[in-house]
Amino acid sequence: MTDRRIAPPQPNAETEHYWTEAAAGRLVVKTCHDCGQAHHYPRALCPHCFSPNVDWIACTGRGEIYSFSVMRRAGPPYAIAYVRLAEHVSLMTNIIDCDLDGIRIGQAVEVVFKASDGGPPVPMFRLSARSAPAG
Amino acid sequence: MTLRGQACIAGIFEHPTRLAKDKSLAQLHAESARGALLDAGLTKADVDGYFCAGDAPGLGPLSMADYMGLKLRHMDATDVGGSSYILHVAHAAAAIAAGKCNIALITLAGKPRSDKIVPGQGAAMLSAASPDVAFEAPFGPAIVNMYAMCAMRHMHEFGTTSEQLAWVKVAASHHAQHNPNAMLRDVVTVQEVVESPMIADPLHRLDCCVISDGGGAIIVTRPEIARSLSRPIVSLRGAGEAVKHTMGGQIDLTYSAAAWSGAAAFTEAGVTPADMQYASIYDSFTITVVMQLEDLGFCAKGSGGAFVADGNLISSVGRLPFNTDGGGLCSNHPANRGGLTKVIEAVRQLRGEAHPAVQVPSCALAVAHGTGGSLGTRHASATAILERV
Repeated sequence: MTDRRIAPPQPNAETEHYWTEAAAGRLVVKTCHDCGQAHHYPRALCPHCFSPNVDWIACTGRGEIYSFSVMRRAGPPYAIAYVRLAEHVSLMTNIIDCDLDGIRIGQAVEVVFKASDGGPPVPMFRLSARSAPAG
Repeated sequence: MTLRGQACIAGIFEHPTRLAKDKSLAQLHAESARGALLDAGLTKADVDGYFCAGDAPGLGPLSMADYMGLKLRHMDATDVGGSSYILHVAHAAAAIAAGKCNIALITLAGKPRSDKIVPGQGAAMLSAASPDVAFEAPFGPAIVNMYAMCAMRHMHEFGTTSEQLAWVKVAASHHAQHNPNAMLRDVVTVQEVVESPMIADPLHRLDCCVISDGGGAIIVTRPEIARSLSRPIVSLRGAGEAVKHTMGGQIDLTYSAAAWSGAAAFTEAGVTPADMQYASIYDSFTITVVMQLEDLGFCAKGSGGAFVADGNLISSVGRLPFNTDGGGLCSNHPANRGGLTKVIEAVRQLRGEAHPAVQVPSCALAVAHGTGGSLGTRHASATAILERV
């Protein structure tokens, strides 16, 4: 339902694995073996403790909406959001495949990958069945 | 060392244009510079320090020094978006205190209105080399929907309402009716704001600032030089700058870097928000003002909506007169960067040169505060406490 052009991400040496996993339908984030904290977007050095001892972990793909806004200015409306993942890290995304007027902060969501315009697919989120609005 | 009392603002000029199809970008910078020099009673030959940001054409200070014919011994092109010029005032004061220059010129100009530039789509913000771009651009971040997410979270956590946000615009419009250069001079009501078209929930069209051409300039100099000139003396009493970002995925949209830049500025100045008789607050959107007033300490976190309501920001009506030129919400927003005009109106208030209908009586202490970048991702804050001496 996203008629909007999805700008293609440009992977680089630091982020290539993230996009390879995305192409396989898997969401990953970086976590730090020294301080134990996850981070996003992925970096070669932990932004919390600056350790290079970081590695990829697979995400459950589940989280909840931290904030959102439905853009209504031009073209088809779309919902931008920050989703807080179960792995305690937030990412910018879109909420899709739902009634945009029914989106609320705190709703449970799950990842779904959507094609970008000539680049790797990107992680978007839809409402989890247990949080779908009644009716 | 402290910056307190080390430098004065000796000249200001706000370009009157709001649509400059007949002027070049460099010309707008230079006309603004000339206006500020005339205001100060100085000449171009007196300028030995120059400050500009990303809105300046070409290689910034190099291209503009060439265009204006400046001979410089100090320059600074720190670009932190719309807050740059407030930060430049402090950097100019530091350079003056260090003996690196005597007369510092700061300029801003832009033509987003005549060039039909969409805010947030500038080349710099979308550089593919910027490490965040691949993880944000696919999802359609504009400026307005990023600030809208801040507003949405603020409403969720603190119960802030659209009507409370609207009061910020209402106050700006009350001031803009007295500014003949303002783009929007009609006084609006809370109802008109909340009934204007929704742009990005929960921000309506009238929650957003204008898109205008224009520019401005500031002259900063050492106190002994300022005293030798004929203009009222406005001294920098304290300053602070800070940056806040997505914190590695721990983003918190409820506060801004003003919490840090404001604290540093008030500490250096030895005053408190309660001492401020006037406030210039960057007003890219209504929510920007509410969050920054909280973070600067004018009210408790979460109570900004109640603080701005019922005309509390309207000069001669409320407790804290703000943006008495109409601000970005009503007057202008040159280069989509609102910091420099915030300093200018604060200086007008301290000189007693604001419009009589909005002039704060015996205004002796004021704050000029701005944000640059996006409160929804990464932004800088700059705060300057200014004093009439």
